[in-house]
Amino acid sequence: MATIGILIETEDGNVKDTNFGVLTAARGQGDGTIIALMMDGSADGAKDALGKYGAQKVVQLSADGADLSTSHDLKARTLAAAIEHYSLDALLGLASAQGRDIFARLAAFMNLPLASDCMAVDMAAKTVKKSHFSGKAFATIKMLGKVMLCAIRPNAIDAVEAPADAAMESFAASVQDPGLVKVVEVKKEAADEVDLTEAGVIVTGGRPIASADNYKILDECAKLLGGAIGASRAAVDAGFAPHAMQVGQTGKTVSPRLYIGCGLSGSVQHFAGMKTSKVIVAINTDKDAPIFEKCDYGIIGDLFDVVPVLTEVLKEKL
Amino acid sequence: MQIYVCVKHVPDTAANIKIVGENGFDDAGCKFIANPYDEYAVEQAVQLVEKNGGEVIVVTVGKAVAAATIRAAMAMGAHRGILITVDSQFLDSQTTAQALKVAIEQDGKPDIIFTGKGAVDSEGFQTLYRLAAGMNLPVVNEINKMELGEGKATVGHEIGGGAREVLDVSLPCVLGTTKGLNEPRYPKFPDIMKAKKKEIKQITIADLGISVDGAQSELEKLEKTPDRSGAKMLEGDVRQAVEELVNILKEEEKVI
Repeated sequence: MATIGILIETEDGNVKDTNFGVLTAARGQGDGTIIALMMDGSADGAKDALGKYGAQKVVQLSADGADLSTSHDLKARTLAAAIEHYSLDALLGLASAQGRDIFARLAAFMNLPLASDCMAVDMAAKTVKKSHFSGKAFATIKMLGKVMLCAIRPNAIDAVEAPADAAMESFAASVQDPGLVKVVEVKKEAADEVDLTEAGVIVTGGRPIASADNYKILDECAKLLGGAIGASRAAVDAGFAPHAMQVGQTGKTVSPRLYIGCGLSGSVQHFAGMKTSKVIVAINTDKDAPIFEKCDYGIIGDLFDVVPVLTEVLKEKL
Repeated sequence: MQIYVCVKHVPDTAANIKIVGENGFDDAGCKFIANPYDEYAVEQAVQLVEKNGGEVIVVTVGKAVAAATIRAAMAMGAHRGILITVDSQFLDSQTTAQALKVAIEQDGKPDIIFTGKGAVDSEGFQTLYRLAAGMNLPVVNEINKMELGEGKATVGHEIGGGAREVLDVSLPCVLGTTKGLNEPRYPKFPDIMKAKKKEIKQITIADLGISVDGAQSELEKLEKTPDRSGAKMLEGDVRQAVEELVNILKEEEKVI
């Protein structure tokens, strides 16, 4: 029987919804014990949400005499101590910006194999499935280490509830920070923004958006759906959107349940970043645009005509 | 300053990948380029040396043809190259990191080691962390801002949700670069010619005393990502098409 740890991520103290897919993935691995590990936020506050998706234990991690938020190396070492303490067979988590970093630090520190950005995990076979060649291929990778470390692409696995009564625990690791990297500050630039890599719905504007201001049209539509807005490389290079909004090669990889591409041609590089989206909708004036060959639903039309109507219809029907 | 840049020779992101056998691909029939994220690493290293003096050494693990990617970095201004040759198409990240470590340590004393935030072929996003751990150096990835200070670098990166983090890293260190850090230069013809005369030291991974058998992970299988078969086009005037779309998304796909 496997013991699986899940590194839980929080935002403003709340458990992010994307964690529930990871918990669901862990449950699919036979009769294991699932331990949710928390390094930020409050384990007490998260207990009910995590129990709903099958966490049997929720552990608040801390480092002896140090503040975990001051150092990523300290976090990695604390996790390493938790892996030993709970004799974990695997640690799963999110391949978010922070997740990718902490998992890579941990893998390097413990000299364990890591699969980052996985789409599926099979602990019995000790394999993971992940993207290769910028999304053009799927690779099945055999993990040969004693402990499997897997950071899972947000939204790649659907969350399914399976209530358990989660027990509470805390664990203080005796670890030392090497002290060579210090967090100087964290600046939250836009408070109400949904994280692009974890958004359930993304509305993306390509170069035809023509100005930074015009993204408001997409933003209104995205907000109605609880989603975020993205941009193509061409739109970013033209200065219409910041790089943080770029989806695709040299930008972000996303996997929302709904991706609405407005004025996108459908380049290989763009698809590298969003082809695992569940449903892809394209809006483009050019009926021959390559994107229509590679998406699920298409509307031929100008985004400036179509998107406002979409927003209107959504207001009526949601 | 002595700055090392680890660069990977990867299939062009626009290239079609033809899978061969269980876990290989047709690399002879595919155009290769320098890993796109590594170009920011080369540019940053060259700019630092232009300002502070020193040399930029490019280190690559790959087949012999990967020399082309080292030449491309040299045309951007790198001074020397080290090519660690392997026979296989894929190498696990721990072995790659060990090879880079030994080659760098045999060559000199780095002030900074740059590399791209990840490679677009294997998408492992971990080699630089393993290199840093092996050399006992601090590491920060995905930097898009950097200022060199006294014995340290102040770097910035995005951490999701519209938040940015600023960190102080002691030198020597390993830094992973991403878009936004700089604008990689397009080499001019004379620079490309000059690059042809620069030195590339070629060694095999076995020469470094590293075995490729101790891999922690193995690529078992490669398969082409299934493509969608083409869109269902929603017809009629804008209002009709949009209403049909919303109905489908709500009732059939259940995604809104």
